[in-house]
Parts: sequence; structure tokens; C-alpha cells
Amino acid sequence: MLSVIYALLFYAATAFLVVGLAWKIARYARTPAPLKIPTTPAPVTRGGVVLRMAREVVLFESLFRSNKWIWLFGWVFHFALLLVLMRHLRYFTEPVWFWVRFIQPYGIYAGFAMVAGLAGLWARRVLVERIRYITNPSDHLMLALLVAIGLSGLGMRFVARPDIIAVKAFFLGLFRLQINPLPADPILLVHLTLVLVLMLVFPISKLLHVPGVFFSPTRNQVDNPREVRHLAPWAAELER
Amino acid sequence: MATLDMDHPDGPRFVPDPLEIPDLKCGAMEGLKPFTAAPEHQAKLGFPGELVENWKEVALAKMAELARKNRAFQVYLDTCVKCGACTDKCHYFLGTGDPKNMPVARQDLLRSIYRRYFTFAGKHFPWLVGARDLTEDVLQEWYSYYHQCSECRRCSVFCPYGIDTAEITMAAREILDSVGIGQKYANEIIGKVKDIGNNLGLNPKALRATLEDLEEDIEDDTGISVRLPLDEKGAEILLVTPSADFFAEPHIDGLIGYAKVFHEAGASWTLSSYASEAANFGLFIGSYENMRELALRIRKAAEDLGVRRIIFGECGHAWRVAYSYLNTLAGPFDFLDPNYPVPQHICEYTWDLIERGKLKFDRSRNDHIRLTFHDSCNVARASRMGDKPGGQFEIPRNILRAVCNHFYDMDRDTIMESTLCCGGGGGLLTDDLMELRKKGATPRMTALQQVTEEHGVTHMAAICAICKTQFSKVMPEFGYEMDSIVSVHQMVSNAIILTGQETDEDETEDKAAG
Ligand code: SF4
Ligand code: SF4
Repeated sequence: MLSVIYALLFYAATAFLVVGLAWKIARYARTPAPLKIPTTPAPVTRGGVVLRMAREVVLFESLFRSNKWIWLFGWVFHFALLLVLMRHLRYFTEPVWFWVRFIQPYGIYAGFAMVAGLAGLWARRVLVERIRYITNPSDHLMLALLVAIGLSGLGMRFVARPDIIAVKAFFLGLFRLQINPLPADPILLVHLTLVLVLMLVFPISKLLHVPGVFFSPTRNQVDNPREVRHLAPWAAELER
Repeated sequence: MATLDMDHPDGPRFVPDPLEIPDLKCGAMEGLKPFTAAPEHQAKLGFPGELVENWKEVALAKMAELARKNRAFQVYLDTCVKCGACTDKCHYFLGTGDPKNMPVARQDLLRSIYRRYFTFAGKHFPWLVGARDLTEDVLQEWYSYYHQCSECRRCSVFCPYGIDTAEITMAAREILDSVGIGQKYANEIIGKVKDIGNNLGLNPKALRATLEDLEEDIEDDTGISVRLPLDEKGAEILLVTPSADFFAEPHIDGLIGYAKVFHEAGASWTLSSYASEAANFGLFIGSYENMRELALRIRKAAEDLGVRRIIFGECGHAWRVAYSYLNTLAGPFDFLDPNYPVPQHICEYTWDLIERGKLKFDRSRNDHIRLTFHDSCNVARASRMGDKPGGQFEIPRNILRAVCNHFYDMDRDTIMESTLCCGGGGGLLTDDLMELRKKGATPRMTALQQVTEEHGVTHMAAICAICKTQFSKVMPEFGYEMDSIVSVHQMVSNAIILTGQETDEDETEDKAAG
């Protein structure tokens, strides 16, 4: 019974996440940027823009220039999260890829780093007057959700280990449309439920910054307005 | 952070930090509003004259339209994570302490409405995500705080997603215009350009007289006849310059500088009475249509006069519209000489001549000046000069170094792409916002005071008509003379040696060579 509920929930949440994100991305992609607005100095070639974007996404370059504390906590959180996610691949692949096996131990450290980064961000939200001013309840909830996911995950490693083989069988089963029994450890169920919530809020919350950053005209436009005429379709209509 | 200068000749002294973060002063600038536009001025721009009956539907429909037409609007409203990195980057926040002048908080004034009506979370859980209903009070709050943003884009440099509050401000002003609430200063000026051709409402006759006076002045001054041609068909170059260059100080000295440069280059050039304005306030109100209409005047002037090149004079936002948008709004310019970029900046033109050794200078004529350079926001963060990124920082400095002996930059965190707005940009250069203008200028003025302390800097050069006007108004408040703000081409004008000009030949040539 439990397994069926969770299986259905995971199917539904995945569908919602994929469709929701695809819909948003399609909207961003379809909406024209009527004018050239790269924040200059900006790259003058496509390749340069790819590099600029890569520096933003990998190094958080602008944030680094802006505020070292936010950069430190934010960067640690995001890259720890990335490692943790990669580590989780072992629950979804059989045989487990070599590199996924290789990063297993680091993934554990990353779990701690991730929670530490989140704690730092949360502390700033509470302690720095300016950031407190711009914070909404949803911003606290988002941090709470991520911290809880991190802690429940670490809890399964260090406090109450569920039958990980069965968990893996459950998820591999989902790919084949079979429902295998899911262990009923409370900590596991908490972890999975929170992840479900995260998947559901992703396309309707500020987590949209993940696709959004790639569509930001100030960062993704080439600085070549004198050489190449840039014209939005609706603006072309005005010229008729 | 403010620091203690231990090495100062008069003993240790306190050096204030231009970027010092103030404590929050909630409501400090609440209710500050520029005058609203009269119905006839609104009508000229295609906006309703006063608040329309069904303002709420109109405003929401406008928001939906913006979300459909402008990717930045949607992406920026969606992606902000409230990280707070931008909170201390706005000069108006630094100068006033009002938290609603923090860029993200300024965006939130509009984001809260967008969320309420256009997002799932805001429709169903408004309290959770800070969404709120659109009311007349909200419109008034918008009117106030979206006229406390100079659209300078400093915040956008520092945001991890490049979120540009200027885009949100423009959108908000556009929504306000669409329901009938317009700003007098900007909208009146746009109307004047449509009617007469420039912000001042200077008619062709008056313009011609002004230019003739200037020609006489130059001749009295130098003994050389330097022309300022108007409406000359068949000239090679059309110069489009902010109309402030025709009458305001120190702008006019810049205009004299351009004329001398053209003279020395032997160029055939002309001004146009039809396009006697480089400024395009359509940008400030976020109106593509109005901006386009003004830009098309420049195209028409170029066609009618049969010129081959277009060059822009010193003006910040005008250079943004020219460099980044002119091709979009009024292009393609295939009838112009393809060997030159369209348009060019006067600094690009002058620097090219200097590099090719075509201009001779006596730098010592600027020796009474110890100079720094104020990067204007729109030039720095929304345009370029030359072929390399950052040319907009290099080229004006190169020119200044070529024409004066004492040049010192201000704190690196307050120049180039991190430059601080003069406090009067974005359509805020109006007396009814004087309090805001002074407060907004404070960070820049503090940075200037630093170099005055350290290097004895006496003057600051700028390449923007708004910056120049704003500084000549506010600098006296900070202990500088009104004429401490100079045009870049005024410095050029001071130092340039015109061919045939009577000088102490030997002396000047030595100095020019050194
Ligand atoms: S820096 Fe960008 S993401 Fe962060 S709060 Fe400001 S606008 Fe939002
Ligand atoms: S664009 Fe400039 S004036 Fe406007 S919020 Fe950003 S920093 Fe402030």
C-alpha cells in the first residue's frame, strides 16, 4: 500500500516537475528580448558569452564580486548539493558507474557541507537587517525544506540505516513500471516526502533561477548591436 | 568601511567610505514624488491624461503584455532568490537608507503584484510569497519609488542572475503611463522633441544664432575661424549631440571641443536642426514606441542631409540608445559608409585621430587642473566604444591623459563598470527631486573627496549631459566650485593647438612632445 502511494506520488511529481519546467522554459525561450541589454563590458562573440555564462554558473562570478559571504555559503551549498545528487545516482543505476562509486565517500562530506552552507545563508537571512527586510516566509520555508532534506539524508547514513538495497530496488522498479516494496522506515519516508515537496515547488517558486539564469538577457546577449541588427518579431510589425 | 589615514600630513584623519552601508531608515523617502504630467503632455505620447476609470484592468493587461513582449520582465520577476547581494549596491539606498531603495526591494514593489495575479503561489498563498493586491496606494508607491531609480544598472552588475532593476523600473513607469500617471519632466521633454526636435524646444533660428555666436567666440579666443555648420546638405558627418551642449555649462565647452577636433581633422560635418537632440527620454519611461519615434528623427535627418556617417556627442543614455538600440529602432543604415560603425562616439573619433597623430596638444594648458573621470552609468554598463569590451573606459581616459598632465582615478569600486550614478540620471534631473538628487550623489562625491585628499584633485570630467548638469548643481554642496565638472572635449578644447594658431611656438612644441 505504502509502496503504491509513493510510487504514484513519484510519478506524479516527476511529471509535474518536467512539464512545469518545460512550460516555463518554453515561455522564456518564446518571449523575445526586444532590445540589446547585455551588462557591459560584455563579450563580443557567442563563444565569449558561453564562457561568461559558464563562469556565472560554475563560479558564481557576479556574486563573488558582490558579496564574499553570500558567495561562500551559496557556492558551498550548490556544489555540495551537486556532489550529493551525483552520489545519489547509485540508487538509480545498475551497475553503478565507476565515477559514481568513486565519489561516494566525498558525497558524505558534501552532505555536511551542504547543510553548513544552508545554515550560513539562513543565518544571514536572520541576522543581516537588509536581508531580513527582503525575506518572505517562503524564503525561510525553502531553507527549512532543504535543511530537512539534508539532515534526514545524513540521518539515514549515521543514525538509522534503512535497507538501502530495497530502496534501490524500489526506484529501479519505477523505471520499469513495477512497484517493488519500499521499506517503511520513518526517516526514509520523511526524506522522500520532502524531496517530493521540493519537486513540486520547483517550477512554481524562486527555484526557477536554475533555468532563469540562462535566459537572462543582461548575461546571455552578445555585445554586437552595431554589427548585427537585433529585432523582435513584434517590433518588426511596427515597421510595416 | 571608513578608515583612518595615518599618513596624512596634518596627522591621522578619518576617511569616509563612499560605499558605506547605512542603517535602514524605513519610510525615509516615502511620499517623495515628482510632478505629474498634464493631460496634454500625456496625450502627445499616446497615454491617457489622467487615471483611467478601469485602471486596474488596464494595469494588469499591461503587465500581461510586458510578460509576453519582454523576456527580461518575466525572467527577472521569476528568478530573484532574495540573496541580498544587490541590497547595498544602489547609490540611492546608500544615500537615503530607505530600504525600498534597495534594488531587490524596489523590484519587489512590482514583483508582489506580478505574483498575486500571474503566479500559482501568489494566487493561492499570497502571504507566503509576499504577494499583495493592486490598489491605488500601490500605484502611488510605485510612482514614488520608481522615480527614485536612475536606471543606472549598478545592481545588475552584482546580481548572480544579472537581474536589472532598470528593466523593472522602466516596466513600472510604462504601466503607470498606460493608466494615466506620467511624470511631468520626462514626458514633457519627449513631447518637445516630437514638436521641435530637441529637449529645450530650441527652434532652428535660435539654434543657428547660438552656433554663430559660438563661432565668434572661438575666433576671438584663438584667432582661427572654426565652423559649427547647421543643416549643411552633403556634409560627410552628421553630429547628433544633446541639446544641453548648445547652452549649458560645461556642456558648451565640450561642443567647442568637438568643433575644434573636426576642424583639425579637416572633416566636413554638420548639425541638424531636425535631429538637434541626442537624448532620448523614451528610454527612461520604457516606451519602445516613443523611443523609436525619436530615433527615427535621426535616421530621417541623416537621409535628408545625405551624410555618410553619424557621430554622437557626449551624452550617457543617448549613447546607450545610439550604440545599443539605434540599429534596432531605426536601422538598417545601409545607406551610410560601411567603413565606419553606425553610430560612432565622438570619443572614438577623437581618439582615433590622436592615435594617428593628427591632433597636436599643449597639455600644460590644463596644468591648473588636477583631474579625475566619472564613468557615466549608461556608457559604462550599457554600451561600448572601440572594438574591445571595456573600450568605453579606456578611450575617454586615453584622451584625457593625452590632453592633461594630472589625471587620477577614483576608488576602483566606484568607477568603470562599478561606477556610481551622478544621482540625476534616468529622468530624475528635475528640481522637484532635488533632495533625492543630492542624497544620491553622496557616494560619488565621497569618492571624489577621497582623491581630492590623496591627490589634490580639483576637477572631474564626464561624458554625459545629465551628469554634467547634475554635478554643476550638487558639487557646490560638497565644497567644490560649480565649474569643477568639465566636459571631456572641454579638456581637449583647452589643450588642442589649432593649425595656424598664434602661440609661443617653441615652448608649446616642447611640451607637446614631452
Ligand atoms: S542580487 Fe539578484 S537575486 Fe539576489 S536579491 Fe538582488 S535581485 Fe535578487
Ligand atoms: S538601476 Fe541603479 S538606481 Fe535603479 S535600483 Fe539599480 S542601482 Fe539603484
